[in-house]
Amino acid sequence: MGKAWTFGENLNTDEIIPGRFNITIDPLELAKNVFCEIKPEYAKNVKPGDIVVGGQNFGCGSSREHAPLAIKGSKAKCIIAPSYARIFFRNAINIGLPILECPDAVADIEEGNEVEVDLKSGKINNITKSQIYQARALPDFVLKIADAGGIVNFLKDHDIQELMA
Amino acid sequence: MGTLIEEIFSRKTGKPVQAGEILLLDVDYIMSHDNTTPLAIKAFREIGKPIFDKNRIVLHFDHAYPAPNVMAAENHKMIIEFVKEEGLPHFHRQGVCHQVMIEEGYITPGAIIIGADSHSNTYGALGAFGTGLGSTEIGVAWVTGKCWFKIPETIRIELTGKVMPGVYAKDVMLYIAGVMGMDGGTYRSIEFGGDYIESLPINERIVFSNMSTEIGAKCGLIAADDVTISYLNNETLAKGPFEPLGPVNPRYERVVEIDVSSITPQIACPHDVDNVKPLEEVEGLEINEVYIGTCTNARYEDLEIVAKMLKGKKVDPFTRVIVTSASDRIHKKAMKNGLIEILMDAGCTITGTGCGACIGRHGGILAAGERALTTMNRNFIGRMGSPLAEIYLASPATAAATALTGKITDPRKYL
Repeated sequence: MGKAWTFGENLNTDEIIPGRFNITIDPLELAKNVFCEIKPEYAKNVKPGDIVVGGQNFGCGSSREHAPLAIKGSKAKCIIAPSYARIFFRNAINIGLPILECPDAVADIEEGNEVEVDLKSGKINNITKSQIYQARALPDFVLKIADAGGIVNFLKDHDIQELMA
Repeated sequence: MGTLIEEIFSRKTGKPVQAGEILLLDVDYIMSHDNTTPLAIKAFREIGKPIFDKNRIVLHFDHAYPAPNVMAAENHKMIIEFVKEEGLPHFHRQGVCHQVMIEEGYITPGAIIIGADSHSNTYGALGAFGTGLGSTEIGVAWVTGKCWFKIPETIRIELTGKVMPGVYAKDVMLYIAGVMGMDGGTYRSIEFGGDYIESLPINERIVFSNMSTEIGAKCGLIAADDVTISYLNNETLAKGPFEPLGPVNPRYERVVEIDVSSITPQIACPHDVDNVKPLEEVEGLEINEVYIGTCTNARYEDLEIVAKMLKGKKVDPFTRVIVTSASDRIHKKAMKNGLIEILMDAGCTITGTGCGACIGRHGGILAAGERALTTMNRNFIGRMGSPLAEIYLASPATAAATALTGKITDPRKYL
């Protein structure tokens, strides 16, 4: 269970982590400044297992991998948004940050709601509002990458074919 | 059966593939350049496994080449050491990566090419699937030879009619960007077709695939037809035989129909590619630099249009006019046929080939308060240098007319 942190539509990679902080690729370092321009209280108060709830076209802008790395470094469990920008979508999956698509949840969840997410089934339980929303279930291979902590780590111990097995 | 992207992936897998499916597939070529290769090398070394197939890796120096500063030089040095160490056979420094990929024959109908560059969509002009990825995925593909793909839905852009004289593919594509918006094609495969597209030579078709990136598309595909096959046989090192490849009983998410016959010269104004206006709305605006170059519009035919308009004339004395051919091959042909001499006589500055001023690192950087008109594909704040400069995007013909007057000028006056 975690707390929901809500964000607007078309959130771009500079709003997730401004370019000037991208001198490191350490997720924990990046997490110190994640969302610093638009929601500075996030980095100070986020707890492991909290949920980032965004609007459509989440992560648009640059192809930089620093943006999903910064969110992952903040220990958020996952992102829920109606849609993601293309390269952000791939980068998030490849660095092992689970992302769910669920317009219903995004429309209803408010900042601070207690939310439980089952990544395997895509079931999102809003405990505060006693509401359940169903996201499209994540493909198995995405869960495998997330479990390994990213595709680079996955490949250290596995063959790529095992992703789809 | 299906849209062009479904056809390409069905042929590759040997079974019917539909939008929404996720596949792990062999890729034909893995492209990266001096800007994106260093991070791919980092991911590769972290994985700690050998390269799957050296023949599929293609590396280019084009973004900051020859090195304009020490940091770029260090990057080049590191990449060359890596190429030697791994014995990589495909290493190019002869122009913009996307143009060189085509000329050297890496791009053929039905091929799957991933590139660590957002304009890898360019390859769609030859009926290939090309898309841009992050550097980590390139490192992963070096080791595995594979990449995962979610097959996107397709938006068909049906272009019909004939353009009026003085209007080119670039004007039509800018018009499309204005209609669709920067996120109009997000995560979609954009299929360009219709009698207008079929009538175009490859150099003009490339403009559409190249700039499909600007409307957020995963790829920008055009069916491979006789024009494609004759281009591959005569203008590239690709080895055939090639077959036509197009959609078969496709189901599109949406079809956008555009009659090109009423489109006039278009300009994308600062600071977004979809801020597109008919030229007359910004006509007469003073321009400090005209830049003719890039993977969008610096092919032989583009230089020919410019040379024809500048022949025997002089460019505006206070406007810097810079021409960067997309590749050495184009540049040599332009020299042989006298185009370079015409451009130099007219007062243009000719640079070596590559990405040039497009990424704001060298070859024509803008000062604060300056305004450029260019044949590029992006006009974001700060892209060509100072964040206080303005970038206007247009066709090579509009660029040439503007070069003569130092003000945004309608090319139809010089036809």
